[in-house]
Amino acid sequence: MRPAARRSPLPDSTLIGLHHEEEHHPELLHHFADAQQQRDSASLGMWVFLATEVMFFGGLFCAYLVYRRWYFPDFAAASSTINMWLGATNTAVLICSSLTVVLAVWAAQTARRTLLIVSLILTMLLGMAFLGIKGIEYKEKFDEHHVPGASFSFDKVQVPGHPDQYANPHHAQIFFSLYFVMTGLHALHMIIGLGIFLWLLIMAWKGRFTPEWHTPVEIGGLYWHFVDIVWIYLFPLLYLIDRHK
Amino acid sequence: MPQPAIAPPTIAQTAERENYLNAKYGVWSWLLTTDHKRIALLYLLSITFFFFIGGFFALLIRLELLTPAGDLVQADTYNKLFTMHGMVMVFFFLIPSIPAVLGNFLVPLMIGAKDLAFPRINLLSWYLYIIGGVMMLHCMLTGGVDTGWTFYAPFSTNYSNTNVVEAGLAIFVAGFSSILTGLNFVVTIHRMRAPGMTWSRLPLFIWAHYATSIVQLLGTPVLAVTLVLVAAERALHLGIFDPKLGGDPLLFQHLFWFYSHPAVYIMILPALGVESEIIACFSRKRIFGYSFVAFSSIAIAVFGFLVWAHHMFVAGTSVYSALVFSFLSYAVAVPSAIKVFNWTATLYKGSIHYDAPMLYAFGFLGLFTIGGLTGLFLAAIGIDVHVTDTYFVVAHFHYIMVGGAVMGYLGGMHFWWPKISGKLYPEGWARLAALIVFIGFNLTFFPQFLLGYMGMPRRYYDYSHMPEFQILNVLSTAGATVLGVGYLLPMLYFLWSMRYGKPAPDNPWNAAGLEWKTPSPPPTFNFDEEPVVTWEAYNYDELDSPDKDAPRGEEVPVAR
Repeated sequence: MRPAARRSPLPDSTLIGLHHEEEHHPELLHHFADAQQQRDSASLGMWVFLATEVMFFGGLFCAYLVYRRWYFPDFAAASSTINMWLGATNTAVLICSSLTVVLAVWAAQTARRTLLIVSLILTMLLGMAFLGIKGIEYKEKFDEHHVPGASFSFDKVQVPGHPDQYANPHHAQIFFSLYFVMTGLHALHMIIGLGIFLWLLIMAWKGRFTPEWHTPVEIGGLYWHFVDIVWIYLFPLLYLIDRHK
Repeated sequence: MPQPAIAPPTIAQTAERENYLNAKYGVWSWLLTTDHKRIALLYLLSITFFFFIGGFFALLIRLELLTPAGDLVQADTYNKLFTMHGMVMVFFFLIPSIPAVLGNFLVPLMIGAKDLAFPRINLLSWYLYIIGGVMMLHCMLTGGVDTGWTFYAPFSTNYSNTNVVEAGLAIFVAGFSSILTGLNFVVTIHRMRAPGMTWSRLPLFIWAHYATSIVQLLGTPVLAVTLVLVAAERALHLGIFDPKLGGDPLLFQHLFWFYSHPAVYIMILPALGVESEIIACFSRKRIFGYSFVAFSSIAIAVFGFLVWAHHMFVAGTSVYSALVFSFLSYAVAVPSAIKVFNWTATLYKGSIHYDAPMLYAFGFLGLFTIGGLTGLFLAAIGIDVHVTDTYFVVAHFHYIMVGGAVMGYLGGMHFWWPKISGKLYPEGWARLAALIVFIGFNLTFFPQFLLGYMGMPRRYYDYSHMPEFQILNVLSTAGATVLGVGYLLPMLYFLWSMRYGKPAPDNPWNAAGLEWKTPSPPPTFNFDEEPVVTWEAYNYDELDSPDKDAPRGEEVPVAR
């Protein structure tokens, strides 16, 4: 139960950005009783949002599972044409970015402004490196006519381990459709994450984060970790099928 | 008001007080507001607009079916009419109706908070709703869409020559509005309760909205990603849902109904919450079996996720899965029945008052029961095969969505209108409207049960080869007209009361609940002093006891 103190009828307007007029931390919004309640709410809000994100990607994972089970040889063949090493590099890049995010949160908690700024910049650089590598991969697929649509072609690609068997281009197209939708939506989440981190960087530059109030760094970090985790699932599911045995 | 034991209205105080309505004036004070009460009113205006658009389509559908021949509109137009009726009513009226209007207004008030946890996100969700709504309107004005509200593939992805992608995107955007509302409610209910407002003291309206929010949060994203796939498939012919290319249209149905069956609970659960509030108040009794009613909401939300494939019994799913989903569909009826029995038990030996909200609540009770029981018919595979895609199904879901959700919405609007507007609505007109709605509703939809059972298929614009169905169709169309009048009336007298209505006292119904302990209309930050809750929910015995003015500071021992 939180304290019932410090409440009076508030004459002020409800327009965006206007706060309680009494003395308190400048970031405490008027409708919260105290900073603790505000931080708990923000944190719970992000966790709940991530639950919806799990369901968002969950629909795609469900479709993936169905077709992978139906068309396993074709999926393995299609998977063998995407560059595992670039995917593996990207996995490493994202794991490193998770480390820099954790460093950023710790720096904010312990009032290390320089470390905070450096960690945020490093995170963004790693995020951009990921997107750059992803772009190279997309370009490869584009050149190979593996992008689903009118110019898609996947002729005479052998099923791994079955030299006499060719993959069905229709089924391979389903693989590539799921590949592009899943990695595309993941990349979109990365781009949104970069936007969030740019905002965090500006706030950190201005010295707004203190050990008492650094909730945005925490929940921005939660979001970033979630996007990393999605990739941790995407990488083996999409890149490593032909290494199944 | 023929309501005994009412505190005398404190008109002098209410008229002059500053409240959320007169705190600020001007368009921007509304369009940039973060006050949950003002956002609720923004939603009220917008969903009423879409309700009448959807109603207009319904009117045209019923007019076409007045005669067996297809004489008012052609097949193409008719397909668009029922499609857009469904899309508008489901995604732009029913889903946001009670949560976004009454829930937005009442959730913080009922738990003793100053606002929702994320006021700016609340405003954002209204803007998302409006963006989605404008896209939907644009889609309608540029030719509409004809896939049925269900977007079934491969028709929607390969064959329909209408604007499927834009309709899908409109619903995608509006879906995020719904997700953000749910997110706000969950966090608010967890984190913003006033001191003493324990989970077991929460009004059942709050429990119902908590359950609704779970469904909104976990179901809507699946619909969103399904619509992304439909749009991509339509643009690029990916083959994900196209059997010619190795895809599976059944997968679309699974993904679609994984959201869209639970979506029915997004519509009905909040109405169940309204029902609990009204029945307790107008029976002057604590709700019977509080915790059963509370947890049955959660049970409905959970079981609701496990029954989606009962929409696909004739779509070629395996017999074994059909058996399992049939069984689970029966199971979901149990918590619904628990609610109905508990409300009935609450009425038993209650001191019942027949005010307009209670009339709507009674209407709800009967119609929801009929809608629910005919749902069991449809959950039984044998009967479902017989009546699939007939008017029996149409009648069933209208009994739930219109007889249930809309009755609940109207009942709630009447019950809380004095709090929302600070004015009393005209009671006589309201009772008349409740009666008209009830009669009009049954006249519209009961004949459709008969039509469906006799074999009239849904979505046909021309039934000239079966003219014997005309008489029931004429009854249904006549009923729809009556129903339309019943829906127009409240809008008119609510508007009238805003200007000419008598000022409402703080607690016109002498109801329990924190929202009645603050002025009508409430001040911007809801309570002049932070409430501290020391009593159980629905303490009507205490409110009505002769010494009700005695100070109420100590714990009241009530068995839970």
